[in-house]
Amino acid sequence: MAKEQENIIQEVTGSEYKYGFVTNVETETIGKGLNEEVIRMISAKKEEPEWLLEFRLNAYRHWLTMKMPRWAKLDIPEIDYQDIVYYAAPKQKESKQWEDVDPELKATFDKLGIPLSEQMALSGIAVDAVMDSVSVKTTFKDTLAERGVIFCSFSEAVRNHPDLVRKYLGSVVPYRDNYFAALNSAVFSDGSFVYIPKGVRCPMELSTYFRINARNTGQFERTLIVAEDDAYVSYLEGCTAPQRDENQLHAAIVEIVVEKNAEVKYSTVQNWYPGDKEGKGGIYNFVTKRGICRGENAKLIWAQVETGSAITWKYPSTILKGDGSVSEFYSVAVTNNYQQADTGTKMIHIGNNTRSRIVSKGISAGYSSNSYRGKVKVVKTCRNARNYSQCDSLLLGDKCGAHTFPYLEIENSTAQVEHEATTSKIGEDQIFYCNQRGISTEDAVGLIIKGYAGDVLNKMPMEFAVEAQKLLQISLEGSVG
Amino acid sequence: MLKIKNLHAAVDGKEILKGINLEIREGEVHAIMGPNGAGKSTLSSVLTGRERFEVTEGEIEFNGKDLLQLPAEDRAREGIFMSFQYPVEIPGVSTVNFLKTAVNEIRKYRGQPPFPAGDFLKMIRQKMELVGIDNKLLNRSLNEGFSGGEKKKNEIFQMAVLEPKLAILDETDSGLDIDALRIVANGVNKLKRPDNATIVITHYQRLLDYIVPDVVHVLYDGRIVKTAGKELVAELEEKGYDWIKEEVGR
Amino acid sequence: MDSLEKINADFATLFRDGRTLLDKGCGAVINGCREEAFRKFVDLGGIPFKKEEYSYLNLLPLFSRDYNVVLKYIRQEVDMNETFRCAVTNLQTNPVLTVNGWWFDENIEPEIPEEVVICSLREASVKYPDLLARHYNHYASAARNDGLVALNTAFAQDGIFVYVPDDVVMERPLQIINLLRANTGLMAFQRNLIILGKNARASVLVCDHTLSEQEFLVNNTTEVYLGPRARMEYYQVQNQHLGASQINSLFVSEHRNSVFESNLVTLYGGTIRNNMYVAMNEEGGECHLYGMYILDKNQIVDNFSYIDHIAPHCISNEHFKGVMDDASLANFSGCIRVRPDAQKTEAYQANNNLLLTDTARVNTKPQLVIDADDVKCSHGATVGQLDEEAMFYLRSRGIGLEEARMMMMFGFAHDIIQRVKLEPLRVEIDNLIDKRLRGELSKCHHCVMKCKK
Repeated sequence: MAKEQENIIQEVTGSEYKYGFVTNVETETIGKGLNEEVIRMISAKKEEPEWLLEFRLNAYRHWLTMKMPRWAKLDIPEIDYQDIVYYAAPKQKESKQWEDVDPELKATFDKLGIPLSEQMALSGIAVDAVMDSVSVKTTFKDTLAERGVIFCSFSEAVRNHPDLVRKYLGSVVPYRDNYFAALNSAVFSDGSFVYIPKGVRCPMELSTYFRINARNTGQFERTLIVAEDDAYVSYLEGCTAPQRDENQLHAAIVEIVVEKNAEVKYSTVQNWYPGDKEGKGGIYNFVTKRGICRGENAKLIWAQVETGSAITWKYPSTILKGDGSVSEFYSVAVTNNYQQADTGTKMIHIGNNTRSRIVSKGISAGYSSNSYRGKVKVVKTCRNARNYSQCDSLLLGDKCGAHTFPYLEIENSTAQVEHEATTSKIGEDQIFYCNQRGISTEDAVGLIIKGYAGDVLNKMPMEFAVEAQKLLQISLEGSVG
Repeated sequence: MLKIKNLHAAVDGKEILKGINLEIREGEVHAIMGPNGAGKSTLSSVLTGRERFEVTEGEIEFNGKDLLQLPAEDRAREGIFMSFQYPVEIPGVSTVNFLKTAVNEIRKYRGQPPFPAGDFLKMIRQKMELVGIDNKLLNRSLNEGFSGGEKKKNEIFQMAVLEPKLAILDETDSGLDIDALRIVANGVNKLKRPDNATIVITHYQRLLDYIVPDVVHVLYDGRIVKTAGKELVAELEEKGYDWIKEEVGR
Repeated sequence: MDSLEKINADFATLFRDGRTLLDKGCGAVINGCREEAFRKFVDLGGIPFKKEEYSYLNLLPLFSRDYNVVLKYIRQEVDMNETFRCAVTNLQTNPVLTVNGWWFDENIEPEIPEEVVICSLREASVKYPDLLARHYNHYASAARNDGLVALNTAFAQDGIFVYVPDDVVMERPLQIINLLRANTGLMAFQRNLIILGKNARASVLVCDHTLSEQEFLVNNTTEVYLGPRARMEYYQVQNQHLGASQINSLFVSEHRNSVFESNLVTLYGGTIRNNMYVAMNEEGGECHLYGMYILDKNQIVDNFSYIDHIAPHCISNEHFKGVMDDASLANFSGCIRVRPDAQKTEAYQANNNLLLTDTARVNTKPQLVIDADDVKCSHGATVGQLDEEAMFYLRSRGIGLEEARMMMMFGFAHDIIQRVKLEPLRVEIDNLIDKRLRGELSKCHHCVMKCKK
């Protein structure tokens, strides 16, 4: 195992983006373009009930009336929505038995370090693997089912648990919410569904691995997590894509419902293909993630390490509705070369005695632009809300940018809200101190960044933290020295 | 002067003081010692009227008045002064303005006219000399940027200005080097009069080498478990608090 | 409420019909800017509405009211010098008055070094066309997205002109007293230009007051040029009645080793928008912006600042604080912009707010936009209440609850006011703040700086 990890590191430091390969698997796609016919086709392929098709069509019609948001500090080229394939599925047999999964697919996920065979799997992590528009395999489903936990692909949930899906779909992120949410609601293909019943602590980490493979396709997945009273789940999400010259669109939605005394921890390692050194290619990552702490003392924790994508537009948010509910947001966002990121969070305090904490660490290198954008809102009727935000930016190189845009909107006098931010580069004295102790500048920078991002990495589940740390190092390769 | 009867007090629903009985007369110096977490600071907070502390049982009488009925400021106006363990920094409020307000509010409570401005400054200057603090401190913001020693000296200076009947020194020795300790103790001793009293709350012996107590109490687990003369101080210093714990049988 | 379209159309009509009057008496430089400015106003969509720069301030109610706009100077039938005397004890100033945006024609000759020019802007535009051509409207263009500044340039006819040539020090502070007095609701434009040559020094104190009960809306724009090593202190006390609103824009252009220091105290008024743009054009510049706002009733104060670090090795420091009572609203938006070549920039920004009631609101938006790496930049913002521990400390010294609150609030404000360098002024502002916090100021619509009625 240790040997293997070393090999991986070796392999990784040699190449720039280790996940850039393409899987040769026969793919079933529909033609490019978007219209009501396409939406009906997607819905039909998935054999969806009428109400879901209605939902999609309503979303689509609303999307047509909307304009692409331009308020973020991002330079987004025009996107031709008719030049995108909205459905692509690796061809495989109906059966979801392990033996029946296409060996190419198995090999792909193995190569990504995501074993889909339960025997080989890392202990204690159940995985839903999604390639392009469909879920390939979900592991440990039976083990989880014994506890009443539902963990399956979204399409499967629509088939087997329609009432649950119908109850919660769009309840946290309505399709009218924003441009990309509307688009996703119209064309979403697959994703993961998690339901933790009352009083159940999910016995293992749940994880979804998203992979874009097919050319010219967009990925529009949708995740829905529901934690009933006193439930607990830790959920992880990882993403990669092949190295291609053209840009690909990814517009996802994550909805999380946390009931009374329940806790959900949602971790992301986002490593979509970021484009090459000249800024060619890469994923446009426009994501709407939102959770609601519905019940008293509900808790939602976001932890994210963002290293990939050419453009990131993403603000995982929490609506703190239940009295005494708590939310935390921890983020490390790294941009290098010509990457652009505009990311942060929103904490909406509605319930009394609600608390939130934001820790954001931005690292910019190369010619990249990295912005934190966050909102803390305390509504009029919310008493004794507390928020503390700390947003730091680190600049590596004089061609990149680091920006901080906090919005504090306070309507109740019992609120205590505090925001602090700093922007600086790595101190020369720090590097010299390391040099003097025999550590090379490159290693010193790695060390310092590790320390800088430590507050956030510590919040990730262990397996992911190791992965995330490696990612940080790789993403910043060649940016110093 | 001060009579505490069967005092019980709680913080956030947790009982800290479990029946304190204590009587202090004019002219006396009482030391209250005890291990960390015994309830020493809770006692001083309850005496001075910190709202977070809830008195669940018992009574406190101060010069014939029911202390527990009074808000914090009225207790101060009745003559209770606490030297804070951690004096609070208040930016933008100058020490002199702060003291003038305090003195005049207390005078108003007692039905006296405000201090004439000239006399006030004269009085302040005298007290500064007495405690031995720097003139510059007066116009600086209250405790802001003061060193630990300066803060504690400022507490004693305030005590000199406000002339309390009962002074409570809450861990005044914490964070002080030996020179500062001596200056602070000196100030306290100079302010001692036959008609006032002092409670010295401390964990260690060192302050009591300079401010010699008439009575020493040991507070443990919310109760006074031992009361003796000043010789108890040396005994505690030598043997620590463990033997008390054993003696109490817990 | 009028629609945005109607308001914008009214301005278009006013601009077209009033053009002859607007141009009359003004020099070619001022008049030459009007067309383009008005076009910009139109291009930007007119009155800012739902724009990022005005995200928490709805201007429509303000512009929907009926105002007169007077495009020529109206003589006041009373002697303003007598009606209004603004004197800070122990502070000798050179007072000049403006009335409804116009230079008061009976201003007393100020005692200034003979090289210094203090006069009306329209007069200067005729007398010193070269100076105006070099400076007028050069700095206000920093407000690229603000239709109100463009509107000011389109309609500006008068205001104060100050020129302190190279190496001249104006010892005595200049006190600009902006008065509003009318029989009906009035919208006024005022434009000021202050030029300090290299090594020049000046302090300017601006007092905004109302002398009658009518509703006012003033759009006042000031441009300041600081030559190399010039130093300027700028103090502004806003104390008007609740029906008087202002859009107050200040543009500062700094050059090598110049220092600009300002302190903006908002005590009373209706809706007040303050724009502050500072451009650090050359190395070694320093700028300090301080501000204190105390609001109650339905007052709205919206402070907007944009500090543009263009050149390396400059320092900027911004600190605004506010106390909000009743149903008042305070907005703060501050942007520190560090351009790619502005290495070694040090920039700090802080905004602290105390909310006293459940109906008061605060929106704060401190921003860092940084494109150079060797910088030290930070910002912070807080919204909260008086510190309980400190309150207990005061009470334990015998200070009553109300008095303790007053002291804490005063201390909170004094933190800003202590930056005022002119001591008599500092004492006076402290007094004003104290009165304001005790609610003693609200009764007086006039200047409280010991004015003779």
